[in-house]
Amino acid sequence: MNDVSMHSGFPWLTAVVFLPLVGALLLFFVKETAVRWVALGLTLAELALSLPLWIFFDPSTPRMQFAEQVAWITAPSINYSVGIDGISLPLILMTTFLMPLCVLVSWTAIQTRIKTFMAALLLMETAMIGVFVALDFVLFYVFWEAMLIPMYLLIGVWGGANRVYAAIKFFLYTLTGSVLLLVAILVLFFHGGQTFDILLLSGVEYPSALQSWIFLAFFAAFAVKVPMFPFHTWLPDAHVEAPTAGSVILASVLLKMGTYGFLRFTLPMLPDATDTFTPSMIGLSLIAVLYGAYMALAQTDLKKLIAYSSVSHMGFVTLGIFALNAQGIEGALMQMLNHGITTGALFLCVGILYERTHSRLIADNAGLTGPMPRYAAFLVIFSLSSLGLPGTNSFVGEFLVLAGTFMWSKPAAAVAALGIILAAAYLLWMVQRVAFGAPVAKTAPKLIDLNLREWATLTPLAVLVFWIGLFPNPVLTPMHASVNHLVEHLDQRHTAVARRGTLGTDGRWLTITADGEQPPASAKSHLPPSTIGQTP
Amino acid sequence: MDLLVLLIPTFPLVAVLLNGLLGSRYSHDLAHRLAWGSVGLSFLCSIGVFTETIRTGVAREVVAYQWIFGGDLTVNLAFLIDPLTCIMLLVVTGVGFLIHLYSVGYMHGEEGFTRFFTYMNLFMVSMLLLVMGNNYLVLFIGWEGVGLCSYLLIGYYFDKVSAAKAATKAFVVNRIGDAGFLLAIFLVFVNFKTLDYTQVFAQASQLSTGMATAIALCLLVGAVGKSAQIPLYTWLPDAMEGPTPVSALIHAATMVTAGVYMIVRNHVIYDMAPVALSTVAWVGGLTALFAATIGLVQTDIKRVLAYSTVSQLGYMFLACGIGAYTAAVFHLMTHAFFKALLFLSAGSVIHALSGEQNIMKMGGLKAKIPWTHALFLVGTLAIAGIFPLAGFWSKDEIMAHAFVHGQYALYAMAAIGAFLTAFYMFRLTYLTFYGTSRLDPHTAEHVHESPPIMIWPLAVLAVLSVLGGFLGVPPEAGWFHHFLHPVVTAVGAGEEHGGGVGLVMTLMVVATAIALLGWGLAHYLYSIRTEAADNVAAKAPGVYTTLLNKYYVDECYDALIVEPVKRLGLVWDWFDRTVIDGVVVGVGRMTQSGSALSTRIEKYVIYGALNVVGYANHLAARSWRRLQTGQVHQYAAIIVAGLFILVHLILAWWTGTSGTGMAR
Repeated sequence: MNDVSMHSGFPWLTAVVFLPLVGALLLFFVKETAVRWVALGLTLAELALSLPLWIFFDPSTPRMQFAEQVAWITAPSINYSVGIDGISLPLILMTTFLMPLCVLVSWTAIQTRIKTFMAALLLMETAMIGVFVALDFVLFYVFWEAMLIPMYLLIGVWGGANRVYAAIKFFLYTLTGSVLLLVAILVLFFHGGQTFDILLLSGVEYPSALQSWIFLAFFAAFAVKVPMFPFHTWLPDAHVEAPTAGSVILASVLLKMGTYGFLRFTLPMLPDATDTFTPSMIGLSLIAVLYGAYMALAQTDLKKLIAYSSVSHMGFVTLGIFALNAQGIEGALMQMLNHGITTGALFLCVGILYERTHSRLIADNAGLTGPMPRYAAFLVIFSLSSLGLPGTNSFVGEFLVLAGTFMWSKPAAAVAALGIILAAAYLLWMVQRVAFGAPVAKTAPKLIDLNLREWATLTPLAVLVFWIGLFPNPVLTPMHASVNHLVEHLDQRHTAVARRGTLGTDGRWLTITADGEQPPASAKSHLPPSTIGQTP
Repeated sequence: MDLLVLLIPTFPLVAVLLNGLLGSRYSHDLAHRLAWGSVGLSFLCSIGVFTETIRTGVAREVVAYQWIFGGDLTVNLAFLIDPLTCIMLLVVTGVGFLIHLYSVGYMHGEEGFTRFFTYMNLFMVSMLLLVMGNNYLVLFIGWEGVGLCSYLLIGYYFDKVSAAKAATKAFVVNRIGDAGFLLAIFLVFVNFKTLDYTQVFAQASQLSTGMATAIALCLLVGAVGKSAQIPLYTWLPDAMEGPTPVSALIHAATMVTAGVYMIVRNHVIYDMAPVALSTVAWVGGLTALFAATIGLVQTDIKRVLAYSTVSQLGYMFLACGIGAYTAAVFHLMTHAFFKALLFLSAGSVIHALSGEQNIMKMGGLKAKIPWTHALFLVGTLAIAGIFPLAGFWSKDEIMAHAFVHGQYALYAMAAIGAFLTAFYMFRLTYLTFYGTSRLDPHTAEHVHESPPIMIWPLAVLAVLSVLGGFLGVPPEAGWFHHFLHPVVTAVGAGEEHGGGVGLVMTLMVVATAIALLGWGLAHYLYSIRTEAADNVAAKAPGVYTTLLNKYYVDECYDALIVEPVKRLGLVWDWFDRTVIDGVVVGVGRMTQSGSALSTRIEKYVIYGALNVVGYANHLAARSWRRLQTGQVHQYAAIIVAGLFILVHLILAWWTGTSGTGMAR
């Protein structure tokens, strides 16, 4: 069943998914003093274990690779089915790359219940990677919900003063969406031939009216995670209260679950509904881009500023996804990685500062360049990356997203371009107030430059910023086949719809009216976007 | 040859990496040697590339590597070497080299010495990418890169709040232009499916006039930002917060001319868009005149020069707009020589006066710093357009072109601008170097001539300012024009060669007369009857104050754009906390007190969130009362159990109805 026979000997993905879980259990048998080192070792081992996925990944095919399938429950048929393609691979690597840094930044910041904390981090890692590799809807949902619990604990136990409010808000908000996701999954199950196999379900044509309902249910789950305007208000609260490692995971990985969901489920399974809702999705994305930027401009708290900048940046990601062309989607994928790297790094920067001054207020943390030149250099680098300076990672993604958007609609791209002006404004204004000027008397004595551990936390990210910015191809190459396949799948579907005579005349995909008719038999035989070769 | 091309940006890049990463480990001497040495090597390579281009007479492209490949978009990091690039290369590396040398003396003893040279070299790398790129995206990397270095160097004195503000302002204002530039890039890509110049220009004739105009205007937005033209010029005068060599290199000789370079590079598209072209001309003409009037009354030596730069860039835009692309590049080059000379000599003055920049507190410096005086005077003569210095030839060519092609209004603006230029430049010279000393006694004791490392680069620039113009003699038919001809075949121009020798000579005489008139007036007001200047100002206080306050443009922008944007942010912040989050919290409260109210909120019914929120809120309320972490586990367990039951119920239902559960 596995087309990548060279890996059949070792269940590589299973190992990557469950190593952190095993590690989390192992932690309870480790001495309190050694927990940090063991956790660091485990996350590094996990990173090492995930690298072969990239090295041996075959970029020429959109098929699922490193696939494994084991029957789990027979009636109804639920399988332990995992695999990766060019859409999930980069996200997995980003996750494994960030986790050691999360351990490092928590080294001294977390003083209470360190064992449980590290265990929660590792549980989180298993759940997150599980979401990216799952090819069975039930399995996916298990991992999806499993993410909530360690995150809830991270915020609720090790968070700031208002942590319980933030944790509950986060939990309820995301759970509300998730439950609708579950309902949608079950509906798909009944309509799609009684299987939970994601690839098989992607190959089925659902009636247009049904697609719209499922789209809305998916939207509820994914839009909250992204978060899209106006479902974003849990984010600033969660970020402000979460410990640094929690903020990094939240911003870098958890937000990507929403956009990953759009790419993995919404687009391939619901092409008609995607068409119907694309203008609204683009509209919401544009609002998010500008709204997030304006909000960031108004913030006086560094973490809130970066949290709202996330809303703006994730607006770019959804914009690229719903441009529905190769540039847009590859740009969106790039931006998902870049946002993970850059915003993660900015949260690390804030955390490092907070450990010193115990304040996240911009006004309390001024004039850092004098006493903390190295720190200021990193802050400037990551801010420049965040505003999409060419030569840094974000430029490549932003450029592709804007190019894709431009091909979809010129005015939309022009509006989005305003976002990059505002990004420069709120980020450089922040840098101006934090890095320049003279230190405030209250915090001045506490401003000590980076130590070796902190330097080791930030340097890998700075290297990535420039590496991806200057040589993006190693990152882009694995995406091509999968993204092209997805775009072709969408196009094919439009051709099929065109035969029913509801497509616009200028060749651009216009809104297609949901007619609920059964499609002709000839249009039914779509390939699923990816296949691991088993027969339905 | 290819290697030579690749080496040009590589040398400064290596210096950036060495000084940036290891600079704190070795002496300042090694750091500055690496810095100017690398630029010097780039200059030598540029000469090699230049001579090769003269010899072979063909443009060549050199691909470094494939940069971005996504969808059907492929972009290489690649370079185009043609006559236009060669001129830019020589100006950038040549003037850049001299300014680096000068900086060794000027920046001596500064705290961030190595940091300064790292940024300067990074600037060189970016500027070289900008002028060498063979496609729009490489141009754009350079474009933003120089903007970044400008930002870093304006904010070089990071503990000065005014410097930090000026830096942010420069970057953000430039970003407005950059957004326009990006849109132009997308328009090019959508129309041509490529971003390479050669392919784009080869197919450009297929563009409709409307599309060509759209691309040209979007590019113009970018150019206006980078080259500080109306309405985006306000960042440049503030940029004078940076160290003086930065003002000379970035904010006079090279970076700010990038907009001119871009328009000339894209002249094929501009030639197809008459509306865009005349917009360029008028923007340039207005800026030339407008900035010159502000320059009349400023009292900061660097700010006068800054407004003069804005004004001179206006001349280059004007030239582009009337199709005199060669003249634009010619003026770009001569301006680089004499404006770098002026800024660096102004720096020498400031250096001599321990940081004093107010010309009202100078005067009589001629005897104390004779070399600086002589060099500054050469620069003044050149920029004022006194025959036969460089500025005369290049400025006269632009004005003559306008006149000959019937653009009399533009000619008039340029002519008045030239008169004002001569006036304010000589005013500056008189107030600084002549008359009685107005120095405060403490400063006066320490006045000293600058060291040779600062004077020698100035001497070279002075020679170029005197002789550089002869590259373009005779007008419209000099060596310069023949060299650039393959790149710049302007519409209608060139063939006509103006209105005959007689008219050209007449226009030259008129131009000289205008310059002398400006000089004469300055001489009268600031040398012969020194009290007269104040009288003039006193007679028209309104005009004087308006000019002194730069027409209040900054204040208008602040009131109309900056503050509203910030306020809007605050309004949205309120909206976010009160309305959006209020809805979220409110839904929770309502469901808690009973579901009767919540039925009104259709939206939440559609999303089906109602019951879940209500149920979960009930749990939440309990957790609120007992904020124990033990409660959290219990809570999580309940959620998981609930989900488990839910799934099982649905599955049970499915098993019962499996016969009819199929959709199809």
